[in-house]
Amino acid sequence: MITEHPHDSHGPDKGLMRWVVTTNHKDIGTLYLWFSFLMFLTGGVMALIIRSELFQPGLQLVQPEFFNQMTTMHGLIMVFGAVMPAFVGLANWLIPMMVGAPDMAMPRMNNFSFWILPFAFGLLLSSLFMEGGAPNFGWTFYAPLSTDFGPPSTTFFIFGVHMMGISSIMGSINIIVTILNLRAPGMTLMKMPLFVWTWLITAYLLIAVMPVLAGVVTMMLMDIHFNTAFFSAGGGGDPVLFQHIFWFFGHPEVYIMILPAFGVVSAIIPTFARKRLFGYESMVYATSSIAFLSFIVWAHHMFTVGIPIAGELYFMYATMLIAVPTGVKVFNWVATMWQGSMTFETPMLFAIAFVVLFTIGGLSGLMLSIVPADFQYHDTYFVVAHFHYVLVPGSVFSVMAAVYYWLPKWTGNMYDEALGKTHFWLSFIGINITFFPQHFSGLAGMPRRIPDYALQFADFNMISSCGAFLFGFSQLLFLFIIIKTIRGGEKATEQVWEGAHGLEWTLPSPAPYHTFATPPSDLNDAHG
Amino acid sequence: MRRANPIPWSAGLVMLLGGNAAMADWAVNMTQGVTEISRQVYDLHMIIFILCVVIGIVVFGAMMVSMILHRKSRGAVPATFHENTKLEYLWTVIPIVILVVMALPATSTLQDMYDAGESDIDIEVRGIQWKWQYTYLNDDPAKEVRFVSSLSTPRDEIENRATKNEFYLKEVDEPMVIPINKRVRFLITSEDVIHAWWVPAFAVKKDAIPGFIHESWTIVDEPGIYRGQCAELCGKDHGFMPIEVHAVSEEDYEIWLAEKQEAARVVYETIGKEWTFEELMATGETVYQQSCAACHQLNGEGIPPVFPSLKGQGLAVGPIAAHTDIILNGKAGTAMQAFGTQLNPAQLAAVITYERNAWGNNLGDHIQPSRINEILSGGAQ
Amino acid sequence: MRMVKMRMVNMTDNTKTAVRLLGTAVFMFAFGFLLVPLYDVLCAVTGFNGKTAGQYVSEKAPEIDKDRWVTVQFITNNNAGMPAEFRPKQRSMRVHPGEVNTAEFFVRNPFARTITAQAVPSVSPFHAASYLHKTECFCFEQQQLAEGEALDMPLRFIVDNELPADVTTLTLSYTLFNVSQEALAVAR
Repeated sequence: MITEHPHDSHGPDKGLMRWVVTTNHKDIGTLYLWFSFLMFLTGGVMALIIRSELFQPGLQLVQPEFFNQMTTMHGLIMVFGAVMPAFVGLANWLIPMMVGAPDMAMPRMNNFSFWILPFAFGLLLSSLFMEGGAPNFGWTFYAPLSTDFGPPSTTFFIFGVHMMGISSIMGSINIIVTILNLRAPGMTLMKMPLFVWTWLITAYLLIAVMPVLAGVVTMMLMDIHFNTAFFSAGGGGDPVLFQHIFWFFGHPEVYIMILPAFGVVSAIIPTFARKRLFGYESMVYATSSIAFLSFIVWAHHMFTVGIPIAGELYFMYATMLIAVPTGVKVFNWVATMWQGSMTFETPMLFAIAFVVLFTIGGLSGLMLSIVPADFQYHDTYFVVAHFHYVLVPGSVFSVMAAVYYWLPKWTGNMYDEALGKTHFWLSFIGINITFFPQHFSGLAGMPRRIPDYALQFADFNMISSCGAFLFGFSQLLFLFIIIKTIRGGEKATEQVWEGAHGLEWTLPSPAPYHTFATPPSDLNDAHG
Repeated sequence: MRRANPIPWSAGLVMLLGGNAAMADWAVNMTQGVTEISRQVYDLHMIIFILCVVIGIVVFGAMMVSMILHRKSRGAVPATFHENTKLEYLWTVIPIVILVVMALPATSTLQDMYDAGESDIDIEVRGIQWKWQYTYLNDDPAKEVRFVSSLSTPRDEIENRATKNEFYLKEVDEPMVIPINKRVRFLITSEDVIHAWWVPAFAVKKDAIPGFIHESWTIVDEPGIYRGQCAELCGKDHGFMPIEVHAVSEEDYEIWLAEKQEAARVVYETIGKEWTFEELMATGETVYQQSCAACHQLNGEGIPPVFPSLKGQGLAVGPIAAHTDIILNGKAGTAMQAFGTQLNPAQLAAVITYERNAWGNNLGDHIQPSRINEILSGGAQ
Repeated sequence: MRMVKMRMVNMTDNTKTAVRLLGTAVFMFAFGFLLVPLYDVLCAVTGFNGKTAGQYVSEKAPEIDKDRWVTVQFITNNNAGMPAEFRPKQRSMRVHPGEVNTAEFFVRNPFARTITAQAVPSVSPFHAASYLHKTECFCFEQQQLAEGEALDMPLRFIVDNELPADVTTLTLSYTLFNVSQEALAVAR
């Protein structure tokens, strides 16, 4: 039984329990964002341990066993703990406001979706202190390394993954129901902001593939503890089957990590170019095509596993095809900028850097799709460079752009523009120094996931490690900026940005605890 | 408010990629390799790379121009267009055409790679944590050469107590030797987890999957030494199991092969003789360094609990039968492998003797290669 | 009042949509498991991944192609944890397609206890796999070997007449796995 709040003058409860029991989408969005930042810093420390060891040839700081734990945990934490929760946090804060709804469709399930995560990651991180150490088989946990040769903590890793999966699935159900059922009158699907579209599609992807991940880790659990042989040839199984099932999840997963980023950038560029998003409809179709194609290209992660030529050719062609809708999106952003009237505040800097650097990552992805060439790139630092370009100056930059863009709406205060720009430039320079040289070490023959390397790779590794420290420490500046803004700053107006459109910019800044108790009648030109 | 200009970057890149051998330390490009296939692969790589650079220049160039001209501070007034069907058609269709054009040479090279022709030499390549075993298949079992190829970089170099040599981490004790201009077929499998056998100079990379074999092949044009690495995470020492292939003239290959076959024969004959304690310890120390120290450490103290200490405790100082059993047969469910299938009886007897007497263990006993041979060929333990 | 009514209608809509989505999630979980037999069927039908089919039974004796020779190579491997001596008694055989041939493999158990072994076949090149028919093979079942026991195990096979013309050599590898209870039951 829902009761109405005819006025939004009552605010949140006081004290810590507020955060534990809240069902408010703004609070939950905040929880997700802070959690993801904490995980980002944790995963970042692991990255710095990795890059410290790789600063020079030889084993200086850590043993290979621990190094493998670091690479594994770094991947798991960044993918499941930093990037995904950050986007869910943005979804929580923004989707209800953008569609003119008072909250998410299922506020209590929303609370539960969040609170599973600290337990899941507490479990995962505690494995570092278990006998045998944390999982050490790569975030992709191939069998039989993970089933027959993994440490005792592998079982806890599996439970952690199950919990994260349940959180994601519940969150996605909530998002879809909210978008489909709670839009303000007059907001047809083709009038929604693109950020809402990209999240709608992402949520469907999550519902489709997170259960498959749950399936594959359950099979792992059964192989380890219950004498089944899904992935062991001796019992009639097949290690390659693991890879097929994992990547059936894994490939859509990477699109799950980038589609919301596309949505963020599609909100920011039109605002700062003071011009409507170019080609809104084709952006929707392109995003849908990318999502559809993401299901049928998984084996491009497995080109060297021994697939017959027909299979290799099919997956090559299908993978190359994804470049087309992705290219359409990039061209549309450029066309939005073209003949606009641009200013370059911090969100715009991050958004433009996203377009340039994500495109570089996408182009190296195109190179990887060429099967015979991939035989030389696969499992080398060329791949590491590719996915870090699409994930760091890709996904992570888009989250940073989103935070700068919407922080004034969330807090009511403008962030310090000079500091924001400084954070941007340090991050931009740091990221490129870290990852660009990795293209070269990969081409020169350096494999992935090694704690020590031959002398010919030394120079680029040293440069890359320096960049990593620059980028890593710059994020402390980001933390400082956010806290400073929460505590005070120049007051933000309702619209905040001259070129901003959409329902959230009709609300006061900071947005009241409850908004859109009654649906709005004017959509404020939400799409584009 | 200028973005870093991508144009000088990419121009510089293209210059660097000129394949300048003098810049080997700063090698920024894939190798052209020494086979017909590797050169095709290199060409594919360059085509797609240049294509990507061109696309980058066009897109980033447009962005650059726009950021300079279409800025509010310059007084630009925003246009109102937000769609253009013709343009969108063009930039959907043109990329498709480019991709189709790109797919053709890629398909052709892949077909060449999958061509199942008659080979001159067949080598079984077996990945084992953390080394490779090569078997030159031969219908005559007496002529079949089999050996293990392990990293030979001294631990002192890895642990920074000695200067690293030029081939640090890319050198092995027993390289694979093949003749040039002959088709060599590799039958690749694994004993335990998934590994991957990769030699960049041949553009051969194939996963080694336990329980299955996959084949790959090469015909090397130029004599030389070609080095590669394992390319699939396989545990602790994934970074420490390199590949070294010597491609030599046909005559040199025949000489090497004959030597290897003779050596194998000699090993079997030495089993018949009585070894002295000193001979066992000397050989044992070498075997220990190459096959055991990775886990049990040079000082015998291991990394408990996963890799037990052999110094003053455990099976190494207990009854010799149990000690021999675990070395020959391994221990299922642990990382301790069955070395009985990897080392010859002389090596096995030597390393058992060494472990029982090194690091102050000083048990004073030993075991003869002939006894190991007996156990391996039929005597129950 | 009208507002409240709208919200209650939405609540039912919400539940319906949520239930459908949850059902999708459950279906996809089952789908993951369905991929397992699907994969096996695909491999068996296509011979992908070098998998050979089970026991071959033919209705009539196939015609022997006396003009064509095919070399069949045999490789054996021991998986980690299976230190039994296991080797082919012949490295290769030259056969005619259509002909029934027998190859022998030697196995010996060095343990002081019984072990159970499973041999897993794998054929290269892939597209030859479905043309290698095994009428009798020790790989069809698990083999129990007593302490110290040594055996000669036969493989009876026919190379199909339809074997693609480009295949002149095919390699059959057996990997021997230790599937004894104590090997499987070792705790993680």
